[in-house]
Amino acid sequence: MPPRFTPERVRYDRRYRTLDKYRFIVGFLAVPLAFYALFVISPFLQAIYYSFTDWSGGPVANFVGFDNYQKMWNDDRFWDSLRVSTLLLVIAPVLTLVLGMFFAYMITSGGRHRRGRAIAGVAGSSLYKVVYFFPQVLSVAIIAVVWGRVFNTNSGLINGGLDKIGVDGPAWLGGDETLGLISLLIVISWSFVGFYVVLFSAAMGSVPQDIYEAALLDGAGRARTFFSVTLPLIWDAVRTGWIYMGIQALDTFAICLVMVPPHVLKVTPVFLYERFRDGQYGYATSIGVVLLVLSMVFSLIVMRVGNRDRIEY
Amino acid sequence: MTTTSTAAPRTGTSAAPRREKETGGALNVFSHAFLVLWVILAAGPLIWVALTAFRPSAEILSDPMGWPSSFHWENFSNAWNKANIGQYTLNSLIILAGSLTGTMLLGSMAAYVIARFTFPGNRVIFMLFAGGMMFPVILALVPLFAVMENFGLLDTRPGLMIAYIAYSLPFTTFFLTSFFRTLPTGVQEAAMVDGASHTRTFFQIMLPMAKPGLVSIGIFNFLGQWNQYLLPLLLNNEDEKSYVLPQGLASLAVSQGYRGDWGALFAGLTIAMVPVLVVYAVFQRQVQAGLTAGAIK
Repeated sequence: MPPRFTPERVRYDRRYRTLDKYRFIVGFLAVPLAFYALFVISPFLQAIYYSFTDWSGGPVANFVGFDNYQKMWNDDRFWDSLRVSTLLLVIAPVLTLVLGMFFAYMITSGGRHRRGRAIAGVAGSSLYKVVYFFPQVLSVAIIAVVWGRVFNTNSGLINGGLDKIGVDGPAWLGGDETLGLISLLIVISWSFVGFYVVLFSAAMGSVPQDIYEAALLDGAGRARTFFSVTLPLIWDAVRTGWIYMGIQALDTFAICLVMVPPHVLKVTPVFLYERFRDGQYGYATSIGVVLLVLSMVFSLIVMRVGNRDRIEY
Repeated sequence: MTTTSTAAPRTGTSAAPRREKETGGALNVFSHAFLVLWVILAAGPLIWVALTAFRPSAEILSDPMGWPSSFHWENFSNAWNKANIGQYTLNSLIILAGSLTGTMLLGSMAAYVIARFTFPGNRVIFMLFAGGMMFPVILALVPLFAVMENFGLLDTRPGLMIAYIAYSLPFTTFFLTSFFRTLPTGVQEAAMVDGASHTRTFFQIMLPMAKPGLVSIGIFNFLGQWNQYLLPLLLNNEDEKSYVLPQGLASLAVSQGYRGDWGALFAGLTIAMVPVLVVYAVFQRQVQAGLTAGAIK
């Protein structure tokens, strides 16, 4: 009850105060928790259960043990999609992080001897950061449509440009799986590089200046400074970014669905979505579970491989 | 010329070792060229789309790299009216009005209670929300569809809003919890002593104090929900008239691909991209801070 209406008898009573506090807590948490439990947690738990059933949208779902997983094991289309997704998972993070790190290093430490500091950014670094980040604020669906036009065989930006210099461009999304995969990798990396530039710039910005000054006095060049000073000091951010990018690559869905014609290649989430469209609900959820397990395994591997002693500074 | 306050001798100005300049020259030019090249790569496709939106479709198909000979605005009116981009934009705005308000209100309420009150289960609830950030939406796809159907919320606006809210809550709550923890407690206690109720303290004292955090997460959620594609595809796919903007453009790309009316598609893409990029350019500092805070936990 609001203080104005609190009866005088209990106003200063500790028990009443406690009761009032709990009333408030429950009142504030009820709706957010209900939404969250009903639409996020419960579907997640149901998904794990349904992956062991033959549910197809009707009222009945029979428990069938590992049948769905067995089916997946023998399903060539699943393995095809998993090959594409795994390649994305392995290549996309390396490509994106290397580019992001290079640009971030140039932006934060590429310039030398400006403003009397041992190390400083190149001119125009804030503009670079803003423009590189553009793709991050657009919808993946829009990115997919834009790049679908860019890659278009006859009237796309790339082949149109190649025509100008007399080169006949290939059919990027016309059926060749390798070209399709390259196109996917280009788009995924393109859309995430800006994110990593900002992330790594922030990490590099927190490295104390005097370490750089010491390196400079010892005669370290720019590359040497990067590998011996910067990289070890921002390693935590690199590892986090690596895991995050891997999961993003594994979850690639909209870009593939909208941009790549279905006969060229499919990633596993698109294969899952098609099974859902066909009404194979149980099978679709089991593919989702496999994806979840894969992303967990990947995170653990990166944690292991990338485990170094923390450097305090 | 100011010197840094470190004890190291100044290596700045004219006393700099020349040696380094000589070896670094070629590398320097190359690196800078690469930085500029990426500006072109990052913005190029977007600028190409915006420029091409002013050209008639036939011209685009014959010469994709050309400049607009004159500014054709009819692509834009075609896109807005015939291709339903106007309708899709309106749908997106209606959904966002509900979902963003709901996300901010419910997220800040939950975060405030978790951050400022001790009660049994506090940690568990916080962990539940934090754990939700690691969770791939694609796994919940099928059961979520069924849950929505059972509640009669499939293909309805409230249903889509609730889904947006539910999937935005984990990060919003996580972010605001840590933000509320940093605010001073004295003000809250003073308000209680002055006889304000818990609810009133929250709305009149704490929310205004948390404004910087609310702005950051608000922009983050605005972009995230405005750009949503998977949830509308799943829960809002019955009637083409109810599509939100990204969904509408994706389906337009398929249909225009057959008809070859590229002009309207490019105009539609431009209409969808420009406002978001403008919002981002205005708030770029908060956006970058908000988006990267999600990755470094």
